[in-house]
Amino acid sequence: MDETVTQYRIGETRLFGKPLERLEDFALVRGRGRFVGDLSLARQLHMRIVRSPFAHADLRAVDASAARAMEGVVAVWTAGDIADLPPIDFRDAAGEALRPYRQPLLAHGRVRYVGEPVAAVFAIDPAIAEDAAELVLIEADERETLLDATAAPGEFSAGHDTEALVMRADYGGIEQVLAAADVVIELDVQIGRHSGVPLEPRGAIGQYDAGRDVLCLWGAAKVPHRNRDALAKALGRDQAGIELHELHTGGGFGIRGELYPEDFLVLVAAMRLDRPVKWIEDRREHLMAANHSRQQRHRVRAGFSKDGELLGIDDDFFVDQGAYVRTHGARVPDMTIGMIPGPYRCPAFRAVCHFRLTNKTPAATYRAPGRFEGSFVRERVMDAAAARLGIDPVELRRRNLITAAEMPFARPMKTLGTNIIYDSGDYPRLLDAALARFGWRQAQADAAARRLAGEPVGLGLAIFVEKGGIGPRDCARVTIDPGGAVELVTGGASVGQGFETAMAQICAEPLGVDYRRVRVVHGQTERIAYGVGAHASRATVMTGSATNAAALAVRAKALRVAGQLLQARPEELDIVAGAVVRRAAPDLPVMGLGAIAAALAPDSATLGDERPGLSAEEWFTTEHMTYPYGLHLAQVAIEPDTGRVVVERFLIAYDVGRAVNPMLIEGQLVGGFAQGLGGSLFEEFRYDARGEPLSVTFADYLLPSASEVPAVEILLTQDAPSPLNPLGIKGAGEGGITAVGAALATAIDDALERPGLVTRLPVTPQMVLAWRRQTAS
Amino acid sequence: MQKIPVRLRVNGELHDLIVEPRRTLADALREECGLTGTHLGCEHGICGACTILLDGAPARGCLIFAVQAEGMDIRTVESLATGARAHPLQEAFVRHHALQCGYCTPGFLMLLVGGLERDPDLDAEGLRELVSSNLCRCTGYQNILAAAADYAAQLRAARGA
Ligand code: FES
Ligand code: FES
Repeated sequence: MDETVTQYRIGETRLFGKPLERLEDFALVRGRGRFVGDLSLARQLHMRIVRSPFAHADLRAVDASAARAMEGVVAVWTAGDIADLPPIDFRDAAGEALRPYRQPLLAHGRVRYVGEPVAAVFAIDPAIAEDAAELVLIEADERETLLDATAAPGEFSAGHDTEALVMRADYGGIEQVLAAADVVIELDVQIGRHSGVPLEPRGAIGQYDAGRDVLCLWGAAKVPHRNRDALAKALGRDQAGIELHELHTGGGFGIRGELYPEDFLVLVAAMRLDRPVKWIEDRREHLMAANHSRQQRHRVRAGFSKDGELLGIDDDFFVDQGAYVRTHGARVPDMTIGMIPGPYRCPAFRAVCHFRLTNKTPAATYRAPGRFEGSFVRERVMDAAAARLGIDPVELRRRNLITAAEMPFARPMKTLGTNIIYDSGDYPRLLDAALARFGWRQAQADAAARRLAGEPVGLGLAIFVEKGGIGPRDCARVTIDPGGAVELVTGGASVGQGFETAMAQICAEPLGVDYRRVRVVHGQTERIAYGVGAHASRATVMTGSATNAAALAVRAKALRVAGQLLQARPEELDIVAGAVVRRAAPDLPVMGLGAIAAALAPDSATLGDERPGLSAEEWFTTEHMTYPYGLHLAQVAIEPDTGRVVVERFLIAYDVGRAVNPMLIEGQLVGGFAQGLGGSLFEEFRYDARGEPLSVTFADYLLPSASEVPAVEILLTQDAPSPLNPLGIKGAGEGGITAVGAALATAIDDALERPGLVTRLPVTPQMVLAWRRQTAS
Repeated sequence: MQKIPVRLRVNGELHDLIVEPRRTLADALREECGLTGTHLGCEHGICGACTILLDGAPARGCLIFAVQAEGMDIRTVESLATGARAHPLQEAFVRHHALQCGYCTPGFLMLLVGGLERDPDLDAEGLRELVSSNLCRCTGYQNILAAAADYAAQLRAARGA
């Protein structure tokens, strides 16, 4: 890279780190967004899925004759009609052992959860499709259901039992460590089944463009390029013969944008029925068919020295995967294992994970997968140790925190195929800052006084390490047109997090242009060859770093060409407000970026030896993940009569490395908190003994409303920029949710003055009332 | 199913439609009138993404049939901005970062516009109560409340002036 690039320093200029208003908002506040349900194509058919009413049964017959006979119904498919199509594969090369557990597009032989697709109806109108679906008769012989992942495994299919996989990690000789420890804590803790539940239900439109021989999927999300590759493979098409188009997306949270049976079905039907096919699910379907998440039970032991040093953790745990293994394979248990030790040294560790199938909706990732669960387990252990040893819980944590001097900190194990190496961080410093901001000592004294007066009030604190920016690489292309407008093409995806704004800021910074002049393209697979999409907090880190590289390359080219035209050395020039200026006279625009682009046109007389176009495509590569970190501090009060837990205060302290747009990051943190609050106190997918799901409307699956979500305090720090990318950013999509359950559990214990009371999430009012009755008697 | 004619007045414009009696107003607005700003998040009256104004009062578009709305004054999110000029509440939403995915936004805008038209003196608690009738999965509500308070203050200032 030439001189001018290295001379340029981020932070010199105008946009990075500013809470700028979002580019996305103009259309969205006007109701002029385009979500998949808003799109209609000429001659489109509507698909309705017939779902299994049985949790576990052998199919005897699926009779679709009455549905087929209905006026307006074009086709009804059962498994036999698409027998040539394979079950849904894993997005990452997963273990061979999991292949028998993949989900078919339509059930054949056996159904394994209520809501499993059994048939697909295609009709000219959604209401007709729905009516016809009700006429499809499913005859089946019910089997015994398996609804507890800790019970003895049953049979999944001939030759395969429901324990799909046992995963292990082991370092530091845990048996000897526990045998020698002064105290050993033993806990049995559970995390309930909940999920992302975006407000926009899932939807998809399949369209076959015969003129170009291209199959289009409208309403793609999250990882369009990787989904394109997976679809091409499953459908036997070339990659360029499938295009995925992201529209506006009404929330992702990990669950939207995975490939589900319905995505394949609209595409196959669009080809075979030769008409566009639209599918929009209803909320009931969403709650019984889209990915669930979280449900785990941990039997954990941990050894401590008498002065509170954590010597080792031994965790035997069970993941309730539901009926099939979906696109994620075993990612959730993998990440759970990798992040259990969190911010503590933990010199010995063993985890054994039983990855088991049950007769529930299949599960996969949801915001902070594995970390919400692992943080709950780990922080429960720390609290139990503090109570047992009589050490202040904050002090006990401090003694075990990895210090800045120990960074980068390598843990002798892997997660997601990469070695765990915490890139940077000063955990004790953030702990001190958070305690000071919260006024912890005073708050403790106040809570104690209120408790003395009979009011159950308590405080809780939890510390966590997050992860972001999974490599290995991503690319971006920046082009400036002769009018001076900038187009940034990425393979990223937007799930509502402000991706366009953040990328425009990163792109506009070195280019010296208004960020509103940057058109950000994402989620269109035909526009760029590769893309990581938006998941696991990687968009800002990976796509942002690639964008930065491409924008820097365009800057270098602009200054080089301007230098030739102006008889100046590039290092004497800068770009301000979209025009090249001499550094000696920065207020005097000499040549607009558009003019430079015009000089670089393929037919320009001044092109010389330059490659045509004011444009660059660059790649960013990294081998390791970034590790942001944070703390959650909570104060709760319990309503004595109702058992309701009221969150009075909640502080999120979070170090993001560097913030591109702090307003967006705070929005992510508060939004994540609200979801964490839901999972800790309200949300749970419950089933009756026969496997009938009980949480299939918003009246039973309770999302927090404005009455339940308190004002959240945020302490956003930038103490530890990541050394792994030139911007120092770490990713911030998940740190608001990670330790909410852990912090609230501690606060509830404290309010009821019973350390270790909370052993499962969510904590419902019924549980709280039962505890209070116990205490009273 | 038999379809019947219905005349709707939406954002001051008449729409003559032919719909099944079971067609919800939200569906008719979206599919027949082409006004897709009214969103559907649950279709059972809980999330409020479909909130519109019926004769000035916030209502769930998914809970009323199109044929029942005949003769009513129907307002949707598309009525708020005039050309490039946004409604002050829309501007407040942008300024306060009161939306992320934006799916819930039209519902909240109509809820607040209608709510504050009817009761301009809503205080912070009143606004929280009003806002708690709809669901948002992205923002945690904090910024929606800030935008609402900002707009309410503007209304008060305008009345005082
Ligand atoms: S769609 Fe009408 S209330 Fe949810
Ligand atoms: S902004 Fe996404 S649901 Fe409210």
